[in-house]
Amino acid sequence: MKVHEYQAKQLLAQYGVPVPRGSVAKTAAEAKKIAADIGGKVVVKAQVHAGGRGKAGGIKVVSSPEEAEKAAGEMIGSMLVTHQTSAEGALVNAVLVEEAIDVERELYLGIVIDGVIGMPVVMASEAGGMDIEEVARTSPDKIFKTYIDPGVGVHAFRARGISFDLNLEQAQRRAATETITNLYKLFEAKDCSLAEINPLVITTDGRVLAADAKLNFDDNAAFRQKDIEELRDTAQEDPLEVEAKGKGIENYIKLDGNIGCLVNGAGLAMAVLDLLKLAGGNAANFLDIGTINDVERVIQAIEIINSDPDVKAIFINIFGGMARTDVIAQGIVEAHQRMEIKSPVVVRLAGTNVDEGDRILKESGLNLIRAYSFKEAAEKAVAAA
Amino acid sequence: MSILVDKDTRLLVQGITGGEGSFHTRRCVAYGTNVVAGVTPGKGGTDLDGIPVYNTVDRAVAEMKANASIIFVPAPFAADSILEAADAGIPLIVCITEGIPTMDMVMVSRHLKYMDVRLIGPNCPGLLSAGKCKVGIMSGDIFLEGNVGVVSRSGTLTYEAVNQLTEQRIGQSTCVGLGGDPIIGTVFIDVLEMFEKDPQTEAVVMIGEIGGVQEQRAAEFIKGHMTKPVVAFIAGASAPPGRRMGHAGAIITGSSGRAQDKIAALEAAGVTISTSPAEIGTTMKKVLAANN
Repeated sequence: MKVHEYQAKQLLAQYGVPVPRGSVAKTAAEAKKIAADIGGKVVVKAQVHAGGRGKAGGIKVVSSPEEAEKAAGEMIGSMLVTHQTSAEGALVNAVLVEEAIDVERELYLGIVIDGVIGMPVVMASEAGGMDIEEVARTSPDKIFKTYIDPGVGVHAFRARGISFDLNLEQAQRRAATETITNLYKLFEAKDCSLAEINPLVITTDGRVLAADAKLNFDDNAAFRQKDIEELRDTAQEDPLEVEAKGKGIENYIKLDGNIGCLVNGAGLAMAVLDLLKLAGGNAANFLDIGTINDVERVIQAIEIINSDPDVKAIFINIFGGMARTDVIAQGIVEAHQRMEIKSPVVVRLAGTNVDEGDRILKESGLNLIRAYSFKEAAEKAVAAA
Repeated sequence: MSILVDKDTRLLVQGITGGEGSFHTRRCVAYGTNVVAGVTPGKGGTDLDGIPVYNTVDRAVAEMKANASIIFVPAPFAADSILEAADAGIPLIVCITEGIPTMDMVMVSRHLKYMDVRLIGPNCPGLLSAGKCKVGIMSGDIFLEGNVGVVSRSGTLTYEAVNQLTEQRIGQSTCVGLGGDPIIGTVFIDVLEMFEKDPQTEAVVMIGEIGGVQEQRAAEFIKGHMTKPVVAFIAGASAPPGRRMGHAGAIITGSSGRAQDKIAALEAAGVTISTSPAEIGTTMKKVLAANN
């Protein structure tokens, strides 16, 4: 899960990471008032869940409260298109108004979990303010990696080592060391999957500040991070994906083809996309219904696929293990009773309780396109779309 | 032979009285697995179809001599269950549970580093030695006893692959589902090494997917250490880039998470690639014919 920059900065501030003075505005008038309170030059930053805002006109430096009001008025309510958004862009509902800072140096500081090593890793670089993936690709030697043992946290010597990696002067080393330690505390306490400060700025007056920040959170830990869940902004997400999530279907991703897919398991769902492509078709979505043995969830998954106007055929491919094919079959039957399903439905069931699942479908008398092998099923789905 | 589980496996089920736990315990028993005990805190002294239930893993191990454990405990408590099994001295722990917070698994994997324990999963379908023992949730009836080892990061795609092998009358030795989480206890290399040493296994099917670098590491291992033929399929070649792989997560691996990079690495190691997920069985048939 992602949050806005202003929300990330509030969390950073709570954990003792210094951020520029500023506040979030939902209206142009609020932006004017915040700018007046700060005084002098301020930055108005569009709040969307995407990077690349600067080039897209989503970040403006202004010199008066009136100009802040005007910039905020233009941004709020508009769609901001960056290289990371869809073609329609992302809706701007709020702006962050902050003091403009005089930058001496721009650094990079980020924490992720390295799955291979099985530990969190702090990444630091003097090449801040740029696309860090580009830095990693072109000059990986410019990124310093420091692994953190979660049992003990960030040792002082490790944080200090990072501050030496970054060639910081003695006056800034202490502040940087605290920032690194505190960012890690936040990362661990809030179950982040990414905590990134880019750029971490050294100002001309010697302060160390998080000029931009990005926090992503582990969805698996949502049950124990209720306060983070409250920061969710569904306006930044695909409406069908939001609807799916509301119905307890976490693993739904809208794609640009016309075959609606209902599959169990992420690997098999990916293989279905691959196989449809090989058969000359294209999936309208990725949907992993998981191991849910609940007829209602099956019906809701079908409802989401059925409500997608792009869908011309529905492809249900279930290989039961934990998931039981009889439950899926029952869901297919009840979905047909509850709603009008506009597209042809191709069903392939295999695995746990498949005899019972086949019996339920056969006895329902529904006009389904049945398939028994994986390849045959995909070809029938492509033909039906 | 076979690897990891066989007729000598004495299985303990953690979370045996829950819905999934009891359903799959019965299916493991039906397959022939020797399920010796279950654990559900607070349900000690009861039983499931005559299988004794204990409050703690310690008691279950002391009284029933369990030497493997399968975990169905809900995600918020699953990491603790893994540690409880490890602490009780169980050498093989299979965690089926999906949705465990990554930070919990960071703690678990640090802890297990200092113990002589093999963890399979989490978020995995478990494992099965055909005709001998099932410690997982795969549908047992798709398996056929034979000589091909199967190792996979996916769950249901594994069933698909096994089903295709069986349709071609190619039997399996052991099938291991590694799990789809960022941090897992056992990776491709571990299982490939076991298959290479296992006299029953003659060839291996390996199913990978986009993200991470485990397939590339496996390719290096295969190049240097495997004499048995390997057939591989990598899922996600058509997945849109950037949707599922997090921003900075890709930094560590550069662009190596892409399917084409994994396929190239495996091909360079002499692995036969099945380009379609529907042709894993037929590809293996051709490879076996060419090797005989």
